[in-house]
Amino acid sequence: MSDTVTKSLSDVERIKTASRNLRGTLAESLLDPLTGAIAADDTQLSKFHGIYQQDDRDIRAERRKQRLEPAYSFMIRARIPGGRMTPAQWLAFDAIGQRYANNSVRITTRQAVQFHGVIKRELKTTMQGINASLLDTLAACGDVNRNVMAPASPASSPVFAEVQAAAQSMSDHLCPRTGAYHEVWLDKQKVIDTADEIEPIYGKTYLPRKFKAAFVIPPDNDVDVYSQDLGFVAIVTAGQLIGFNVMVGGGMGMSHGEVATYPRLASTIGFCPPHAVNAVAEAVVTTQRDFGDRTNRKHALLKYTIDTHGLEWFRDEVNRRLSQPLEPAREVGFTHTGDRYGWQSASDGLWQHTFFVENGRVADSESRPLLSALRAIARLNLGYFVLTPNQNVIIAGLSDADRTKVAYLIETFAIGVNSVTPLRGQSLACVGFPTCGLAMAESERYMPDLVSELDALLAKHGIADVPIVARMTGCPNGCARPYLAEIGLVGKAPGRYNLLLGASFNGDRLNRLYQENIDEASIVATLDVLLGEFAATRRDDEAFGDFLHRSGHVSATGTADDFHVAAVATR
Amino acid sequence: MSTVANAAAATLPLEQSQLDALTTLGRALPTDALLWSSGYLAGMAAARSDVAESPPLPEGEQAPRLTILFGSQTGNGQRLAEDLAVQAAQQSVNARIVNLADYRPADIRRETAVALIVSTHGDGEPPDDAESLYEYLMGERAPRLDALMFSVLGLGDSSYAKFCQTGIDFDARLAELGGTRLQDRVDCDTDYEQAAAEWAGATLQAAAEYATAVDAMPTLHALSTARYDAARPFTAELVANQKITGRASSKDVRHIEFDIAGSGLTYEPGDALGVTAANPPALVDEFCTVLALDPSAAVGDTTVADALRESVEITVASRAFVERYTELTGAAELAQLLLDDQRTALAAYLSGRQIIDIVRDYPAQPDAAEFIACLRPLKPRLYSIASSPLASDSEVAVTIAAVRYEAHGHAHWGAASTYLADRREPGDTVSIYVEPNPRFRLPDDPTTPIIMIGPGTGVAPFRAFLEHRDASGASGDNWLFFGDRESREDFLYQIDWARYRKQGLLTRMDVAFSRDQAEKVYVQHRLREHAGDVYDWLQRGAHIYVCGDAQHMAGDVHDALLDIVAAGLGADQAAADAYLKALKRDGRYLRDVY
Ligand code: SRM
Ligand SMILES: Cc1cc2nc3c(=O)[nH]c(=O)nc-3n(C[C@H](O)[C@H](O)[C@H](O)COP(=O)(O)OP(=O)(O)OC[C@H]3O[C@@H](n4cnc5c(N)ncnc54)[C@H](O)[C@@H]3O)c2cc1C
Ligand SMILES: Cc1cc2nc3c(=O)[nH]c(=O)nc-3n(C[C@H](O)[C@H](O)[C@H](O)COP(=O)(O)O)c2cc1C
Ligand code: SF4
Repeated sequence: MSDTVTKSLSDVERIKTASRNLRGTLAESLLDPLTGAIAADDTQLSKFHGIYQQDDRDIRAERRKQRLEPAYSFMIRARIPGGRMTPAQWLAFDAIGQRYANNSVRITTRQAVQFHGVIKRELKTTMQGINASLLDTLAACGDVNRNVMAPASPASSPVFAEVQAAAQSMSDHLCPRTGAYHEVWLDKQKVIDTADEIEPIYGKTYLPRKFKAAFVIPPDNDVDVYSQDLGFVAIVTAGQLIGFNVMVGGGMGMSHGEVATYPRLASTIGFCPPHAVNAVAEAVVTTQRDFGDRTNRKHALLKYTIDTHGLEWFRDEVNRRLSQPLEPAREVGFTHTGDRYGWQSASDGLWQHTFFVENGRVADSESRPLLSALRAIARLNLGYFVLTPNQNVIIAGLSDADRTKVAYLIETFAIGVNSVTPLRGQSLACVGFPTCGLAMAESERYMPDLVSELDALLAKHGIADVPIVARMTGCPNGCARPYLAEIGLVGKAPGRYNLLLGASFNGDRLNRLYQENIDEASIVATLDVLLGEFAATRRDDEAFGDFLHRSGHVSATGTADDFHVAAVATR
Repeated sequence: MSTVANAAAATLPLEQSQLDALTTLGRALPTDALLWSSGYLAGMAAARSDVAESPPLPEGEQAPRLTILFGSQTGNGQRLAEDLAVQAAQQSVNARIVNLADYRPADIRRETAVALIVSTHGDGEPPDDAESLYEYLMGERAPRLDALMFSVLGLGDSSYAKFCQTGIDFDARLAELGGTRLQDRVDCDTDYEQAAAEWAGATLQAAAEYATAVDAMPTLHALSTARYDAARPFTAELVANQKITGRASSKDVRHIEFDIAGSGLTYEPGDALGVTAANPPALVDEFCTVLALDPSAAVGDTTVADALRESVEITVASRAFVERYTELTGAAELAQLLLDDQRTALAAYLSGRQIIDIVRDYPAQPDAAEFIACLRPLKPRLYSIASSPLASDSEVAVTIAAVRYEAHGHAHWGAASTYLADRREPGDTVSIYVEPNPRFRLPDDPTTPIIMIGPGTGVAPFRAFLEHRDASGASGDNWLFFGDRESREDFLYQIDWARYRKQGLLTRMDVAFSRDQAEKVYVQHRLREHAGDVYDWLQRGAHIYVCGDAQHMAGDVHDALLDIVAAGLGADQAAADAYLKALKRDGRYLRDVY
């Protein structure tokens, strides 16, 4: 099909082109004392530096009446490949959170950290603080390869360290080379003339859209590999890492009612040996760079590039860019998503403890002073931290003696996981209000209450010990990967959600729209009936999502075609 | 009934009962009041027939017959509104298009025909931009809109329970307030193109027909010569009382607007508005308690409580009061403070004290009439006008810092500022008049650059200046210095300045927020930082204006200017002093400080 009309590029493409490798007028914007915001074009560029301009949506309307601009602040996202940090780095982040960012540290669904509420005049200092910790925020957002995910639990596999190292290496390989970051935030002198500065992989206009990659070691699917643009699935034979299956084209985001947008499971296109990982990643990225749709940001993601041109074509194009074509994929199977809480030991005999962090928000509450507790643990300077793709944190690499010390602090601060129900432990919620500019409904602030309601239902039906994956997002962008949840709740308007049901427990099947635009009472009433039936007729270890399919409550698997159609009539 | 009235009844557009009421009123009024009323009524009529408000029309353009208003969150409504405006132009329908974000709700009273395009968001709520108009219209005090023709296009999504609720609400309310539909409301689902296009066509046609009909009607002319002053203020309706400091601010500053449509009240930027306030009732009670006065006892032709509330000053303490109160009560300590060599001691004593504090310190049981005689008559307070008549001749705005403070163990309130901030709300009336200030005017020459220095509420007249220069298309450069405590909370009129800056009207703006950083920074520091440029502007003929705090700011700014000029001249302070004196003499260095 040939398109004779040349469509115009999206506005962000213009901004990128004119930005002199992401500099724009950021430096000037930071100095403008008349506003807490940065220039409109710069808000697009700042994302590549890991910075989002936001405003406090709780008081947006009030401030408009007050003839005051919105209460602008910035969210900074640090890039932490594989979620791995030293205790010293954790302490540095903790200090930044306390000083500049609402007294909290937010662990994201991609093993990274977000700071919220940083005001413009403290932005640079905050950025310098992050940089001083030897982590950075470059490419944590923007049209580039984002934070690379890797398995979080050292205890999960003997090849854990090797796979984490591969993720780190790939992350480095795909990192932008622009000097803008150092100039704007770190006051570094311009080293070379901007005109000569070269982005070897991305070129001047970077990618058409965000790009996400993850590594995973079956049977754990803690990274939700099916949701990623690019996935490397470790193939382990006799305790040895022999290579990776390559998966492409996963993605969650969609827009309500727009059938041209949909979540998509990643497809496997082959296998590569460990040494070829960076080359394969580069081939996939450059294919997307060259063929992604730059005219429409809603259609620019890799999943649409693949569906537009076909998977075969895509594999051929990737192979064409490789010295060694991909080999046929190996057999793999996943058993679960999510994290295992509490103490575990790894094959090297070292201990780890996984903490539950409700929706990733590390802060002190009356009942759970988590921020203080982790600070105390980090001060012991033992082992290392791993942030998980499920918004939790693991302290790992502990000897028996270390374990005793950490256990003592866990006890002292009472931050163990004893009181966390399986449902809560498996739940995720995105940030949502008041910071997220795209939120349509509450998420992080509301999910804990809803989980309590649902736990009450589970208890009533005598299935409180059955783990069920429930995830909520404040809008259909899908930041907490809600379309891979057995119970997915996607915000549509304040207090109203689409209820999606029937994904698999191991993250390889999407759920499907079950009821549209319903309030809490309807959510609870609907689930009450379904959970009751589940409790009464459950087979052995059957998962809730599987039950819904077996019993016919959810008919087809959510695919591009039927994803937007409710399985049940609304209202 | 008089023959005049009978004859008139045949041709006048009045009901018999209205005519009777007018006749009765006419008989009761003395001649001068009758004459005055004729101007007043004509002014009212003129205001009603006046269509264009915000933004004002460029000169030479006809008043628009159709105002296209849109409230859009994600841009769909905006696109449709823009299409409609283009279509109107093609069909020679005189229309203007205004984003509800930029629309002053009260202007709806002066529209003739409105096409409103509005989407629904949240759970059946108006988009952010439409919220102000929504609240204004839905409120109890919404105006009658009998002369309004309107047509509403609602945008929505039928998967929501409250489908197109906002459009429905607007449509119903406009009709309820007396408006007439040009065209029935249309509710659009997500596939809105077709339905919207049909609605647009029909609306435009109806608007065109209506405009022709209106053209045939005669217009009334204002012949108002009304004059108001402190003795005879205008009773204005307060139409806006909006806090303009943030929720975490240490201050409560209000933007207050009065409706002066038809009053004949005229003003220029630089003028102040006189406000006759009533004292805080709680303070009146406190006096009665402390002095054992019976609030309902008669004094003259009123009661004690009414007199204390409305006739006399009961807040600001002065030497005169201390003298009289001492005479009345014989308080020995007070008498001591009144001795000639005790002036500083008296000043120290009076600092932060209001009359009630003195009375509390030296309580007595005086005769009510005698106590009231100690007090000065209540005088109006002045507030710099913060709006330009060119931007809106139907409203006048002021910027009020509510005076509330703790001192000597008690809470204190300023009489007038809290009267306006706390005790008057939209729909209430307030007695106002214009206090002209011919010494604080924009330059006659619209190309003359101006430097405005107005921290805190001192910025109020500069808002009027800029509105005026904007509306009159004055091309002179404008440089504003503003300061306050915290940028996030106390940046008065921040979005107005942002708009003017974007538009190029505000050439420069420098701000000093004293609590944003460790060290205190004030406007005079900013002036000094830009000394070279300030001097250049002066050399270019700039006028320099200072408004606000007289106690510290005006002096500090003057000192900064002396240094700036001395440096610029390369001369000493004496030469700088002469330079500034000359500026003053030439009317180029103007101050309005209080
Ligand atoms: C913090 C985080 C959610 C969380 O609760 O942890 C998050 C938060 C935001 N996401 Fe996300 N996304 C986060 C993981 C995801 C994921 C999950 C994943 O990557 O595995 C997805 C689905 C996967 C995918 O991309 O398909 C996701 C899909 C989106 C989208 C939809 C993209 C699309 O498909 O069209 C947007 C909107 C956009 O890009 O236009 C978005 C945009 C946003 C923004 C930046 C809103 C914005 O653009 O203004 C949110 C910031 C909110 C705030 O106030 O902090 N976020 N976002 C996650 C940060 C990950 C990180 O460290 O990089
Ligand atoms: C030309 C001109 C223009 C003006 N423009 C404005 C304007 O634009 N905006 C504006 O808000 N005001 C303006 N003012 C000031 C205004 O007129 C009033 O003086 C002010 O609002 C206080 O009046 P009030 O009736 O509320 O207080 P009053 O009843 O007059 O009481 C004020 C009393 O409280 C004392 N006091 C006030 N604050 C404190 C404190 N923190 N600690 C101790 N004692 C205190 C004062 O010394 C005084 O005795 C202007 C004044 C003039 C002359
Ligand atoms: C968060 C959100 C809430 C919405 N709520 C409603 C609603 O309650 N009722 C309705 O009819 N439409 C609702 N809509 C749909 C919009 O009104 C519709 O998309 C419309 O075309 C938007 O027009 P606009 O771009 O001019 O704002 C909602 C849309 C969003 C994004
Ligand atoms: S899912 Fe939507 S509401 Fe939640 S963080 Fe992402 S963009 Fe914001």
